[in-house]
Amino acid sequence: MSFDVNVILAQLPAILSGAGVTLLLWIAGTIGGATVGFLVAVGRRYGGRILGWPLGLAVEVLRGTPFLIQIFLLYYGGPFIGLALDPVPAGLLGLTIYGAAYFSEIFRAGFAAVPRGHIEAAECVGLSPSQIVRRILLPEMTVLVLPPAINMAVILMKETAILSIITVPELTLTVSAIGSQQYAFVESLFLLAVFYWVLVEVTDKLGRYAEHRLSRYRFSPT
Amino acid sequence: MTLPAIAVRNLVKRYGDTAVLHGIDLDIPPGQVSCLIGPSGSGKSTLLRCMAFLEEATSGVITVDGEDLGFSESPSGQRERIPPATNRAIRSRIGMVFQQFNLWPHMTALGNVSEALRTVHKMSRTDAEARAMAQLVKVGLEARAGHYPAQLSGGQQQRVAIARALALKPKIMLFDEPTSSLDPELTGEVLNVMRDLAAEGMTMVVVSHEIGFAATVGSRISFLDQGRLLFSGPPSEVFGKPRHPRLEQFLDTYLDRGASMLA
Ligand SMILES: Nc1ncnc2c1ncn2[C@@H]1O[C@H](COP(=O)(O)OP(=O)(O)O)[C@@H](O)[C@H]1O
Ligand SMILES: [Mg+2]
Repeated sequence: MSFDVNVILAQLPAILSGAGVTLLLWIAGTIGGATVGFLVAVGRRYGGRILGWPLGLAVEVLRGTPFLIQIFLLYYGGPFIGLALDPVPAGLLGLTIYGAAYFSEIFRAGFAAVPRGHIEAAECVGLSPSQIVRRILLPEMTVLVLPPAINMAVILMKETAILSIITVPELTLTVSAIGSQQYAFVESLFLLAVFYWVLVEVTDKLGRYAEHRLSRYRFSPT
Repeated sequence: MTLPAIAVRNLVKRYGDTAVLHGIDLDIPPGQVSCLIGPSGSGKSTLLRCMAFLEEATSGVITVDGEDLGFSESPSGQRERIPPATNRAIRSRIGMVFQQFNLWPHMTALGNVSEALRTVHKMSRTDAEARAMAQLVKVGLEARAGHYPAQLSGGQQQRVAIARALALKPKIMLFDEPTSSLDPELTGEVLNVMRDLAAEGMTMVVVSHEIGFAATVGSRISFLDQGRLLFSGPPSEVFGKPRHPRLEQFLDTYLDRGASMLA
């Protein structure tokens, strides 16, 4: 037996289709997670105790349990509460909820990191509360949350592989299936590692570029 | 008797159980520079922040040109909140300058100065930037209009912050230790801008440890100690001898630099 990745690469169309599913789930899950996470952060900041407490608890539970368990519970436990989802929607929902918990913490820290004085200065020149959010808080926060948000997107990219266990036809499921058919397990795992690593590198480089572009807006802490 | 620009009456500010201001009475005369001095922690910032309505007083009244700021108080002591729109209009007569400058880092100098003109006063971009530029010229920073705060020195940032407040044409300017976070060689440029402003007849309230500035530009000096206004008067009276023992101690302990030139 020899190490030959060509047995797997021969099935390129199937691999590309799996890669497409992975990419779509990742992008949609990241956008969804960031959006929901932002709303959760806003709810926790401005929603008082009634909204803040349950949201805080949900975030803690989601951050305190493995994604693998969450996705199992959602897919196999969902039907018990009338939530019978196909693998792809279940995977997307799970990824979004899991991502939202972490993104909400990132945004929460971002809100808190905008100096109080910047907001007071805006109050003094007459900006209304909603103008302060739009013109001051959000733009300043964007610069601050970009590095941890990119990091979170990278983590979500790798977590998509877990969706293979509920039979989402993404890359890991596709390639490892080919690997077992061809008795080329090591080759399939090797290709998967290369694929994820390349994607993570690209994401990271794009993120660094955005950070660099925004760096002049950063304030020097005084 | 002229109406004070700001009148503070029996102002009390408490944080929980600790009172930080114990019933302050103070008149800010129009067209003059009033200086607030006192040891750190004596409540200077709190008093100034109440005048800017960044802090809500626990009780007492602040009026701006005779109109209540934030709350009105009936003779029986009932407090009533001033409607937000009315209060914003009263508040807009006051400009505030902070120790930490508080420029918005994602906007250029010109952007910082023109922001409120555009978003609050709905001026066109051209008009707002023209007015903002005129203010930058006034503080000597027209050449830095396109710079971001991170690209400016502390002194330049503070001058932009002053221009930002002035662009809204306030009647009163409050300064909370405007030079305290600057290197000594940069304080001069900020104090010069403030001197020019005083010479134009702007009503100013200045919290500062720059005793030299207070003595030469100030019309009135008020000395605050542990949340109480110990005394107010013209510089010659306050700094002349004999001095109040607490002031003597303050000048000795906190202000070796400034005190020596007054000895
Ligand atoms: N938000 C706050 N909560 C509790 N105590 C405060 C707060 N802000 C100020 N203080 C207290 O009020 C006192 C006066 O503070 P401050 O007005 O900042 O004094 P100064 O400007 O003269 O140094 C200090 O003892 C300070 O610790
Ligand atoms: Mg202070």
